[in-house]
Amino acid sequence: MFDYDVLIIGAGLAGMRAALSAHQRGADVAVMSKVHPVRSHSNAAQGGVNAALTDRGDQWEEHAFDTVKGSDYLGDQDAIEVMCREAGQEIISLEHMGVIFNRDESGRLGTRAFGGQRQARTFFVADFTGQAMLHVLYEQIMKAGVHVYDEWFVTSLIIEDGECAGAVAMEIRSGKLHVIRAKAVIIAAGGLGRVYEPSTNALICTGDGISLAYRVGAPLMDMEMVQYHPTTLKGSGVLITEGARGEGAYLLNAKGERFMERYAPNMMELASRDVVSRSEQTELNEGRGIDGCVLLDCRHLGEKVIKERLLQIMEIAADFADIDIMKQPIPIRPGMHYQMGGIKTDVNGATPIPGLYAAGECACVSVHGGNRLGANSLLDTVIFGRRSGEAAAERAHQVSHRNVVDSYSLRDEETIKSLLSREGNGDSVAHIRLEMGKAMDQHLGVFRNSEGMETALNQIEQLKERYRKVPVQDKGKVFNTDLIFALELGFMLDCAEAIVVSALERKESRGAQSRLDYPKRDDANWLKHTLLTKTDGGHKIGYLPVVFTQWPPTERKY
Amino acid sequence: MTLQTTLRVSRFNPEEQRSYWQEYTLDVEPQYTVLDALIKIREYEDGSLGLRCSCRSSICGSCAIRINGHATLACKTKLRSLASGGRHVTVEPLGNLPIIKDLVVDMTSHWNKVMAVKPWLQPQGPEPEHEYIAPNETMLHLAGVMSCIMCGACVGDCTVLQVDPNFLGPAALAKAYRFVGDPRDAAGKERLKALNRYGGIWDCTRCYECVQACPKGVAPMERIMALRDKAIEVGFDNTYGARHTIAFGEILEHAGRLDELRLPIKTFGMFNFIQMLQLLPVGLRALMRGKMPPVFHKPIPKAENVRRIFKKMESKR
Repeated sequence: MFDYDVLIIGAGLAGMRAALSAHQRGADVAVMSKVHPVRSHSNAAQGGVNAALTDRGDQWEEHAFDTVKGSDYLGDQDAIEVMCREAGQEIISLEHMGVIFNRDESGRLGTRAFGGQRQARTFFVADFTGQAMLHVLYEQIMKAGVHVYDEWFVTSLIIEDGECAGAVAMEIRSGKLHVIRAKAVIIAAGGLGRVYEPSTNALICTGDGISLAYRVGAPLMDMEMVQYHPTTLKGSGVLITEGARGEGAYLLNAKGERFMERYAPNMMELASRDVVSRSEQTELNEGRGIDGCVLLDCRHLGEKVIKERLLQIMEIAADFADIDIMKQPIPIRPGMHYQMGGIKTDVNGATPIPGLYAAGECACVSVHGGNRLGANSLLDTVIFGRRSGEAAAERAHQVSHRNVVDSYSLRDEETIKSLLSREGNGDSVAHIRLEMGKAMDQHLGVFRNSEGMETALNQIEQLKERYRKVPVQDKGKVFNTDLIFALELGFMLDCAEAIVVSALERKESRGAQSRLDYPKRDDANWLKHTLLTKTDGGHKIGYLPVVFTQWPPTERKY
Repeated sequence: MTLQTTLRVSRFNPEEQRSYWQEYTLDVEPQYTVLDALIKIREYEDGSLGLRCSCRSSICGSCAIRINGHATLACKTKLRSLASGGRHVTVEPLGNLPIIKDLVVDMTSHWNKVMAVKPWLQPQGPEPEHEYIAPNETMLHLAGVMSCIMCGACVGDCTVLQVDPNFLGPAALAKAYRFVGDPRDAAGKERLKALNRYGGIWDCTRCYECVQACPKGVAPMERIMALRDKAIEVGFDNTYGARHTIAFGEILEHAGRLDELRLPIKTFGMFNFIQMLQLLPVGLRALMRGKMPPVFHKPIPKAENVRRIFKKMESKR
């Protein structure tokens, strides 16, 4: 058994930022991740991180309002205020830690424009901002001497007397299960992209953290809010940064029209993501696409801008679609990208379960509401990562360890044993996942209706049934990824069900949820969060009011 | 249109401590990468195949392996780009690292070496209230090095690591360069002092393998060479490596071509008997094969032109 003050599950930006702040508050911290920290999916964030720096003539209230409007008024305004107020200082801290941000002519941090915002307030490192930040945070936790357990897979959380007291985890290299006792646990395990097929997300984004928390009774909030990114590459579905449009790239339909004129005449390509994705999907549905895609045109940006600021995009387009972005427009389409909903937390990352915290994509504070603005996710991870680290360390100083014993791992050992003992029946984890992913993409994508969603729900029920019998081919102990995939699929099915149930519940169109059967936003009935909690027999759905501070809901136009 | 491909995969079963080759033949789409094929095998054919992968877009660094003998990212390598029309592709784990299972290697030594260069910013004095002011060109250049994803491809193909596991290796040294070149970092001299030791910058043999292997254009070897220049610049000029570099330049500048007899004398020192004795067998072999350089070294005709080139380069610095 291992003992720590604070155990952090996940070593992406949120997890490592939490580790750093908990460590700085004097807590004995361990970070545990199923991959090495620098392999985390925070890497994939390309475009940048938002902050309103007052010495650039920007105001945090402006950033907050853009975020509120972007969220389609579903974001909690107290949380948004916290995030936007603290953003500037956080960017400066990151710069001091060593992040190499692009500069302006005077050598100060430069910015680029991003969607849904009236100011260019996105700080960036070329088009690999997430990677640049992630590697620096890893440097910082190395410097701090935080204990890192990489390639450890958490199988369950430990709850004692209603409080979170640690976790059970498998060391992937040996296949051994261990109990980790902790006074506070922070889940920073990222998103659930693999619930959808296709998705821009990495293969590791399987909703582990969301499901772990859900299984021990933590409520999930606004799970229906799944973001489709407007520019994912044809075929592979790889992400093309919003930074491309920030730098001035156009969206064109098959007729060569800049179709955003019809949908968002003021902001054009830089309207918020839900709006742009819906516009693209409408163009496609009405027959103005080319092979299921519209076009992202970078040609007029010129070699200098492309090579300095969009280098990775140039490489991706060449590697994955044989496109030279200086000469050809890129075929793109909306693709599943981000989960706005997640484990419900307050502004300090605390869930309703004492001792259990969450931060980053798996959490729902909620700052993104119905739709996240580009470059607000990196900000979310570092702000609420830091705050949850502080809060968890604070708690660790106040409480003592619960009575936890090594035998707590027995139940998970049994689960794994039974998984490994199953005989082949022709079914496979990959088949089940693919069917789930396609159903989710088909019925819970840009446009939804109750009929399609009911179909998806039925399908997921059947897939869950099949999951109970699915065999695992690899019977070995050492680095058994086959077994890991099976465990991940269990997490993903929980998430898929939570998304469908919540989406069926919200009978309106808001943010990322566009229902053809309820096409209007309904402020009278639906200015509230959906809250899904697991019960013994299934789940129950509840609501929470949206917190308003200074921005009453108005019609949303870009 | 699909095409048929055979992947010949190096396997290692850790439970039985057994190594073997396994061939998988499968139909692939023309745009498939090696990773796509490996994932397809793992998902639908053989769940026991061990490999690391995650992002599928060459940013996470998980899937560095050896393909047809060279280290690279599986997700960045199109099957059809490989020789022999994408058929019979050989897939092995990275070199220079112990194998855990199949294509999964133990990267502990790699991470430890990264850790050994103290890879964090060490500024001096109180932090400024706002950001550090730094020229954009410098930062863009550093960002190019920072785009290293620590995949280990360079480590896997490093020819020095094959013979000396104590070499810090291309990835860690490129990481070190990123700090030495950072105007915000104040520990440059200490860093260079540490890198000047055995296992550091002078142990690279300039074989270019890491430059070829790097999937992100970091060109680790170029960074190591830049570190050498910087080390000499700040006065660490008394290692064999530094003296070799300086002597090489001096001889060339003077004579317009290399004097291979004088080079070791200038590098090691005339009275360094141990080193001189160690060179004796090389000298004897050269003599026997008629490859002994002339004892009386003559400058090339118009050597003064070479000197002018040197002067011009010097003034440009």
